[in-house]
Amino acid sequence: MAPLAAQSRANRMKRIEEMSLWERLYFPEVIRGLTVTGYRFWRNLIVHTLHKLGLARKVQAAITVQYPDERAPYPDTFRGRHRLTLKDDGLVQCTACFLCATACPAECIYIEAGEYPDNPVEKYPIRYEIDTLRCIYCGFCVEACPCDAIRMDTGTHPGNLGFSRKDFVENKEVLMQRSRELAEKGKEGLYEEYVKPYRHV
Amino acid sequence: MNETAPVQSQGFYAEEMTISVGPQHPSTHGVLRFVVKTDGEVINEAIPDVGYLHRSIEKIGEKVTWHGYVPYTDRADYLAAMFANQVFCMAAEKLAGTEVTRRGEFCRVIACELNRIASHLISVGTFGQDIGAMTPFVHALRERETINNLMEEICGARLTYNYIRIGGVGYDILPETCTRITEFLDHFEPIVDEFNRLLSNNKIFIERLAGVAVISKEDAFSYNLVGPNLRGCGIKWDIRRDIPYSVYPELEFEVPVGTGQVGTLGDSYDRYWVRIRELQESCKILRQCLKMFPKGPAIAKVPRKFKPPVGECYARVEAPRGDMGFYVVSDGSEYPYRVRIRTGSFTAMSIIDKLSKGIMVADLIALIGSLDVDAPEIDR
Repeated sequence: MAPLAAQSRANRMKRIEEMSLWERLYFPEVIRGLTVTGYRFWRNLIVHTLHKLGLARKVQAAITVQYPDERAPYPDTFRGRHRLTLKDDGLVQCTACFLCATACPAECIYIEAGEYPDNPVEKYPIRYEIDTLRCIYCGFCVEACPCDAIRMDTGTHPGNLGFSRKDFVENKEVLMQRSRELAEKGKEGLYEEYVKPYRHV
Repeated sequence: MNETAPVQSQGFYAEEMTISVGPQHPSTHGVLRFVVKTDGEVINEAIPDVGYLHRSIEKIGEKVTWHGYVPYTDRADYLAAMFANQVFCMAAEKLAGTEVTRRGEFCRVIACELNRIASHLISVGTFGQDIGAMTPFVHALRERETINNLMEEICGARLTYNYIRIGGVGYDILPETCTRITEFLDHFEPIVDEFNRLLSNNKIFIERLAGVAVISKEDAFSYNLVGPNLRGCGIKWDIRRDIPYSVYPELEFEVPVGTGQVGTLGDSYDRYWVRIRELQESCKILRQCLKMFPKGPAIAKVPRKFKPPVGECYARVEAPRGDMGFYVVSDGSEYPYRVRIRTGSFTAMSIIDKLSKGIMVADLIALIGSLDVDAPEIDR
């Protein structure tokens, strides 16, 4: 022990907050503390039991959320999994302009461009792949896109179930399917699908 | 010192023992290792072993575009990602002469101060946990959770924000979010007092920290300590006040310094207390910003192919762990020629070796916690 530290401890130690007489009596304060803890304990226990029985759903038991049974709502700005938006006729909106792939700081987007046989104006992606293991979910691709073809508004987390690296590469079909599912089931439905594997682990 | 040499201490003969604290130790948040040579409970030497979290962020800077580097700066210090965002953007703007919109500046300050509260809450909460107080940690993280929700609303992510861009900010802060921030502040300010009753004024906590690991002013200067660690030694130095940037000159706030109120000036408690006071100061700044929040665009028009002229510059901000600086060199191309990051935790690490001589093993934990070193920031 350094002598300086020892000295200063012995000489200069003092309490900032003065205790009142009631606090000095010690036992009333201990009982008060136990009341607070006990109240919380019994309240949580009872409310959780009621929840299990399907009662009193509106009363929140603790500040924590019973994930994955319940979940906290996500704001609209949440950057989730990508999707490729569709035109009215169901074709992909993307025109394979490579702006997202250029803006991507993680270089996770791979595009192979092709041309429609009947449309000399627009191109379309033959392959559009996002390697979600590389992706850092920064949202630059969404900002770069001039025709609103890629979005991250699905409200789901990146997938983390898979047995090989290939399982994490999301191709054009997967990304377009997500758009269709979002239109069909809405954000809530999509999230339901996402949590399902975790529910009965 | 020779490892096997017998050490005489208080009449007993004991051999000096070399033990390894970390990399997986509860008090070393992240991956941090100390090679500690002890004589029983007394430490003779504690050598920090850094490099476990080296991700070569600086080198990556040479390979991605100026815009594209912003998400990587998030990862430099994940507890205070907003500040690394801001300082890199400030450096790039300085180089290119880009003007930031006024609303953009306010958005930056609001986001940064929220982030500072979150970072300090982690710091004081885990500090309590290291010392042995479990409850304050939960209280601190409960409040931080609210801030994370706010951040998610502002910029779409909870930890790696990627919010501040060259020329302004990515997304505007909506009026609803402003209301929620005010609600949070109304709720949070009494919580700080509650936190003080719970932890700061706790006799056990004070006795554990008062007079432990005292840093003198000279040492603080010579080891280049920054931020709350420097202010804990009684030196009034805050980049926000002394080298003003952004809109800080228009805002009123105090710079809390250590006073040695329970022990010696510059002890662990002073460093802790400065952080608690900064929580309140940040609340004050946030309230002023929300009141003065101007209208207008949140981001200036910046070309997508951002090519600053040839040159070099250094920008610095006051991050929660002290003076954070980015030194960038441009060769006129789309990519930075060199990015160098200067962080507060790295210098704080270097003083641990000096301070740990002669203190107890348990006090080493208090010392690491009070310096608030953050492993990803040390190694980058």
